[in-house]
Amino acid sequence: MQQVSSWGRLRRVPHRVTRPAFLDQARDAVRAADGPLLCFGMGRSYGDVCMNENGRLLVTDMLDRVLAFDRTRGVLRAEAGLTLDRLLRVTVPQGWFPPVVPGTKFVTLAGAVANDVHGKNHESAGTLGAHVLALGLARSSGEVLTLSRGENAELFAATIGGLGLTGAILWVELQLAPIRSAMIDTETFAIDDLAGFFRRAGESRDWPYTVAWVDCLAKGSAMGRGFFIRGRHADTGGLKVHRAPALGVPLDAPGGLLNAWTIGAFNTLYRHRPFVLGAKQVHYDPFFFPLDAVARWNRLYGPRGFFQHQSAVPPGGAFETLRKLLELSAEFAEGSFLVVLKLFGDRPSPGVLSFPLPGATLALDFPNKGESTRRLLDRMADVVLAAGGRLYPAKDATMSGAAFRAGYPAWRTVEARRDPAIMSDFWRRVTSEAA
Amino acid sequence: MSKILILGATSAIAQAYARRRAAQGASFILAGRNPERLAANAADLVACGAKAAEVFPTDLAAIEKIDDSLRAIKARFGAPDEVFLAYGTLGEQTAAEQDLAQARVLMDTNYTSAALWVLGLIRDKPAASRLTIVGIGSVAGDRGRAKNYIYGSTKAALDRFLEGLTHKHDGSDIRIIRVRPGFVDTPMTAGMQKGGPLWATPDKVAIDIERAVAKGKRVVYTPWFWWVIMMIIRHLPWFVFRRLKI
Repeated sequence: MQQVSSWGRLRRVPHRVTRPAFLDQARDAVRAADGPLLCFGMGRSYGDVCMNENGRLLVTDMLDRVLAFDRTRGVLRAEAGLTLDRLLRVTVPQGWFPPVVPGTKFVTLAGAVANDVHGKNHESAGTLGAHVLALGLARSSGEVLTLSRGENAELFAATIGGLGLTGAILWVELQLAPIRSAMIDTETFAIDDLAGFFRRAGESRDWPYTVAWVDCLAKGSAMGRGFFIRGRHADTGGLKVHRAPALGVPLDAPGGLLNAWTIGAFNTLYRHRPFVLGAKQVHYDPFFFPLDAVARWNRLYGPRGFFQHQSAVPPGGAFETLRKLLELSAEFAEGSFLVVLKLFGDRPSPGVLSFPLPGATLALDFPNKGESTRRLLDRMADVVLAAGGRLYPAKDATMSGAAFRAGYPAWRTVEARRDPAIMSDFWRRVTSEAA
Repeated sequence: MSKILILGATSAIAQAYARRRAAQGASFILAGRNPERLAANAADLVACGAKAAEVFPTDLAAIEKIDDSLRAIKARFGAPDEVFLAYGTLGEQTAAEQDLAQARVLMDTNYTSAALWVLGLIRDKPAASRLTIVGIGSVAGDRGRAKNYIYGSTKAALDRFLEGLTHKHDGSDIRIIRVRPGFVDTPMTAGMQKGGPLWATPDKVAIDIERAVAKGKRVVYTPWFWWVIMMIIRHLPWFVFRRLKI
């Protein structure tokens, strides 16, 4: 038994760990499943979608080979555990970029597919799942299947965003996007309030990458103030890959370094850095993955860990809903280190359980202060549900089964295609009382 | 550009090293037992920038097949200019103490066959060509210890063998690098309790080896602090050493 926790570090619980080094070993391990099993990549999901207490974890970090890379068409096939970190090192010098990247490059391909991750270009590109050409899936029955839109299409749709429940993803074939440079042309604006965000977002339609950072401690008329950042791949600047992180957090910050005071100070400083405003060219690494610069930054929240709330809300009442959510978080004075706000587009994902909805999404971190934090998260979830929105399983540690099932009415489609040998703490939590 | 023959190409250290060399455009002959796994590694190396990566499935420890394999490799791929000797097995000492056949497998795999491969490669080296031999040993070969002396002795024997070759070929176009890794997080060590400052990743070890090859070092401990640890262990007086449960 080995103690394993996820990125939020809320629980450390025992697992039996298997670490296949080759795909044949992974296939055998799935076939030989002797109890609930779950694949585990980099452990970058925040809550319990990657956890399986007292069960088996198939850790995929050694399955990180590129199996084929067509440099003329930009099609890459790789083993489940290839990280975007390594993928970028292989593809960027050849002029290809992942079609969609989340906020960290330290995720595995299969983990990114299983959570159907989105990025700053959701409005134009949709989720990662929209760019997956094919998947290899091992089931506990011993079957090894190829899934695509044309082959085993229903299982393909259940596996994209399927939280790893339909079998072990062995490999992923992905259509990459061409780039001429590793640099990003960006423009940054100060926004004064929530209306400012929507205004900037509205006039940035021809910028593929957009995101806003918001000071969540700002109340009243200043609510929603922050920065709006937009970017596109540059034409010049060379195809240089990123470097390894230079900084790390070696230990837990005692008692949590990130309290209301330090977060307030951070947010104020961030807002008053005049040099971030305006147009400039930056490398893709700080643009897409600013937090990757500090390895294991999750330790800054101290030994009790932290929560993240990320919700998607439909466009109708988005303004009101976001206002309510920001109000709640400011009221609780449980300031959030990073509040990210962006619009979602309407490009559909093939995934049945895919999180994004056309509308807006908001993500906030909260240090774990026990009951009060959980109550806050519950109240925020209620606001989201009432607006017809939903929470992101990859980030969630607290939503009720009822909230999950209301947000994802198609969940039974995935349950029906779930591999009987596979289970996660998340799925147990949100489906048990509905069985 | 280098043509590297990897003996034991599915080893995690070999894979990490090959990835680094692939990025410089080297070409590879990957020898090992499992064709599917070799093919996966070959594809990965090509994606990383290798000029070519061919596979040669064979049981490297099968002593009677070594001469045929050497001929086949030379005929099919030409003579390599670098050999990375990475295969080996940790064995199960308590079992090997009772079952001599198991002990013999350990010795044949880690020492006898490995030494014969190297002898054959040097014998068959075309005149006026260079050959670099990288041998993966272990810090376990530095001093015989109760817990691990059978494995340790095979790595010690390989080290002495390569040391003698280094002496014999000093100043020639044959270069030999002996690598002594400490604890490395690989499938070979899957049964051990891992974590802590003594454990290194295969990539860290590969970086050290790459640097040693570039600099032409004869012996390299990796990570470097094992040089200090083993210096102390080698020099511990018997009355201290005998009390250690290692």
